[in-house]
Amino acid sequence: MQALTSEELTADIPRRTSARTLDDRASLLGAAVGSVALVWVLYERVFSLSGAVGFVVCWYLAFVTLYALVSGVSNPGPIVVDRVWAAVVTGGATLVGLALGATIVFIFVKGWPALHHLNFYTHDMAGVRPTSPLTQGGVLHAVVGTLIQIAIAVAIALPLGVATAVYMTEVGGRLTDAVRTVVEAMTALPDVLAGLFVYTVLIIGFHWERDGFAVSLALAVTMTPVIARSAEVVLKLVSSSLREASLALGASHWQTVKGVVLPTARAGLVTSLILGIARIAGETAPLLIVSGASTFFNKNPFHNPMNSLPLFIFSSVRSGEPAYITRGYGAAALLVALVLVLFVAARFLARDRQVAR
Amino acid sequence: MPVAIAPNPEADLDVDEPRAIDEGLVGHDRVFHASARTVGLVVLLLILCIGGFLGYQGFPTLQRYGLSFFTETRWLPERDIVGLAAVLVGTVEVALIALAIGFPLAFLTALFISEYAPARLRTTLVSLVDLMAAVPSIIYGLLGFAFLQPHLIYIARWLSEYASWIPIFRVDTDPHAAAWAQSKFTASAFIAGIAVSLMVIPLACAIMRAVFSEAPLGEREAAAALGATRWGVIRSVVLPFGRRGVIGGTMLALGRALGETIAVLLIISPAFEIKFRVLTVGTMTTSALIAGRFGEATPSQLSALLAAGFVLFLMTLSVNTVAAVFVNRSRTGAGTDV
Amino acid sequence: MSALGVLTGRRPSVDAAQPRTRSAAHLEAERVSAWFGDHKVLERVSLTFPNASVTALIGPSGCGKSTFLRILNRMHESTPTAKMAGEVRLDGVDVYAAGERVTETRRRIGMVFQKPNPFPAMSIGENVIAGPKLTGVRLKGASRAEVIERSLRRAGLWDEVKDRLDRPGGALSGGQQQRLCIARSLAVDPDVLLMDEPCSALDPTSTLYIEKTIQELAHEMTVVIVTHNMQQALRVSQQSAFFLAEAGKPGVVVESGPTTQIFEAPTDERTMDYVNGRFG
Repeated sequence: MQALTSEELTADIPRRTSARTLDDRASLLGAAVGSVALVWVLYERVFSLSGAVGFVVCWYLAFVTLYALVSGVSNPGPIVVDRVWAAVVTGGATLVGLALGATIVFIFVKGWPALHHLNFYTHDMAGVRPTSPLTQGGVLHAVVGTLIQIAIAVAIALPLGVATAVYMTEVGGRLTDAVRTVVEAMTALPDVLAGLFVYTVLIIGFHWERDGFAVSLALAVTMTPVIARSAEVVLKLVSSSLREASLALGASHWQTVKGVVLPTARAGLVTSLILGIARIAGETAPLLIVSGASTFFNKNPFHNPMNSLPLFIFSSVRSGEPAYITRGYGAAALLVALVLVLFVAARFLARDRQVAR
Repeated sequence: MPVAIAPNPEADLDVDEPRAIDEGLVGHDRVFHASARTVGLVVLLLILCIGGFLGYQGFPTLQRYGLSFFTETRWLPERDIVGLAAVLVGTVEVALIALAIGFPLAFLTALFISEYAPARLRTTLVSLVDLMAAVPSIIYGLLGFAFLQPHLIYIARWLSEYASWIPIFRVDTDPHAAAWAQSKFTASAFIAGIAVSLMVIPLACAIMRAVFSEAPLGEREAAAALGATRWGVIRSVVLPFGRRGVIGGTMLALGRALGETIAVLLIISPAFEIKFRVLTVGTMTTSALIAGRFGEATPSQLSALLAAGFVLFLMTLSVNTVAAVFVNRSRTGAGTDV
Repeated sequence: MSALGVLTGRRPSVDAAQPRTRSAAHLEAERVSAWFGDHKVLERVSLTFPNASVTALIGPSGCGKSTFLRILNRMHESTPTAKMAGEVRLDGVDVYAAGERVTETRRRIGMVFQKPNPFPAMSIGENVIAGPKLTGVRLKGASRAEVIERSLRRAGLWDEVKDRLDRPGGALSGGQQQRLCIARSLAVDPDVLLMDEPCSALDPTSTLYIEKTIQELAHEMTVVIVTHNMQQALRVSQQSAFFLAEAGKPGVVVESGPTTQIFEAPTDERTMDYVNGRFG
């Protein structure tokens, strides 16, 4: 045992308390260093294997084994199990974090050759030959197309989604559970089916043109349940005492919902809207079915095909032309940037309120 | 002085049952309730419509090919041979590979965020998982196609060399070839499954984490006060409490994996045969079939694709509904009742 | 590798399956202070808890009693931003010292909470042996049954539940659940039992049962109980400590000593006012 010095006692300052003992730290460090050394020697020299991925995998396995052995020498069973699981859990989470980081870095690195040309943002692809250098052509038409399609989809899906959420939380009725279950199941509906649905109804059924509006409808079908579900969560967070206070003042139910519930939940509703946008901004499959790709600028959603970022990425990457592929990655980077911006905006708005799911 | 109230001779006082209370809704409340109910119904009908239209449009195909639509492996509409057998097997294969990789990682990440990460980092980590869910699937497709594939073929080769006693890892290559046949290992169900797993990890992780973090503090402290380690608390309190969330989150991930289109389409090379050797080049999934063949389809082929869409719809809807039921029960805390 | 054990000052672990020969442990707290963030809630509390006796911590709400109790078995540090200073010595060893393992401390110093918290997914029997299982003691067959019976008997619950040990613990009444929690704490053979207002959520009959249990336990272990109920403190405890937090200041121990003295002849006027029900 170690006694406190008299100075520490009179000072009355917080002690450093840690659930980790020196044995914990020493075992961890020892196992980490030992396993690196072991794998270093065995991996390339003895087994003459190669490859960074293999090295890391071998190191991790050696580390967990060594950690368990070292811990087992001086600790009871539960402590050993606890440490091994801590190593496994941390390892798994690190791998997922690396995957996310790699995704974003990879897209921006691959897209950079296209991204640093100004014309990439200000031109469309009209008249650009497959072999044209990156200094010609751009994705303006796809960006504008994406923005217009998102705007129309929001105009349809937001009222529908919020009204569904209001129905589930405020009005209620026999169908509430059915609606909630279906809405939840629908948030994971394959996107390709939303495209098929709109195609069969609009384009086969009503002989509609394959244009931007049809795309927006398909996106709205995907987006409505996403908004409905997150808006429901947000509305549920509005304290029922606020509702009762309003009703007790003699306000009608509609006045309560319009004047108290929705304004209180406004920040949360904006968050759910933004998350809904982030979800549809990258949808590709419905577009592939409903819309045709175009190379030129088209800002009329009701006439002629309209390109969009996901579709542009898909067709460019599949084209086989190096310049096209690079443009595709550039567009992918723009798409990721768009999602990131939306995402940060959503977080910013939801900062003080845990409503984001 | 208490005063007896004269009974109302009209009322039968012996009957003690709830009286009907007129809600007394004012006019615009009636409109409000009616319209909210209508919207709820519309959304409910919308999903039934999706299934209905797909089924209606695909019906001619089902009628024409009958059971052979599900037993035929080839997809040759120009020769009037159309069947989903290989495609369905491929769909399930890719989804199961995605789950086999995605489930443990999602589970461990969820545990890390709710139990191991420092409290001040937790919100950030939750945001990062949500961000990962918001990254469009085409991006993961690109990543799998251009970044992961060159590395994964080495892992695939390793598996095929050292784990080939497991039949699914077998790959037919010439062991004496001077250079190994890299192209045999590309564009496989394995690589597509890994790209899809990146998509389903955040989805499953978010649900599991939410349920884990709701494990009651009282029980956590009870376990800790008995001398349990952190893993002991997880094992005895968090996991039993979160069981439904784990199952529900995994099912939702499965539903998403079954329907994932564009990432799979980017990676695989089409192959219409039933094969269980997941490391070998070529496979096909339902959604990739639809998206890939849609552009050049004639009306009769279109009907076949819509029938395939209908089958996919039924598959994912049933998986998702089961998942939603699990997640909802766990969220209301019913899972903790004994 | 035993060098590592020496290095970290670990004592050889005791096999928890064997009931210890030592009947109770000596627990003392010296100059214990506590903070939540920058807010100080407890100021230099020094108390000694003699072997095989019951000590009651009394005082108005928010005076730091429960925080102090949670410091004794290191539950305090599981709250984010919680800090502490001072020493807690169990048989002379500071439980906060660098080599001490927090799980071992908590096993030796058991805790019963205000709200009964049996594990809902486990049966009554499984609840009782949850502690040995969690601390790595494998109990099988006869010894498992023996630990269950011994613990439930000590908690005064055996006769009521002996026929339904495989029924879920959540199906018991509140008072029975609390005694199940006591049995669960006893199954790991703690030297000290901390009780945080164990009866505040219970009806009077259950309260009496639990008080009886506490008095019996006091023969073999050191018990520290936080209570708001003056009568309860008088009934069960041999020592008492009166905690008080004056407006805006951290909680302090105003007075401590034999319970009879605290209640009948307190030296401090504030203690007098409190035990006579003038405030709090």
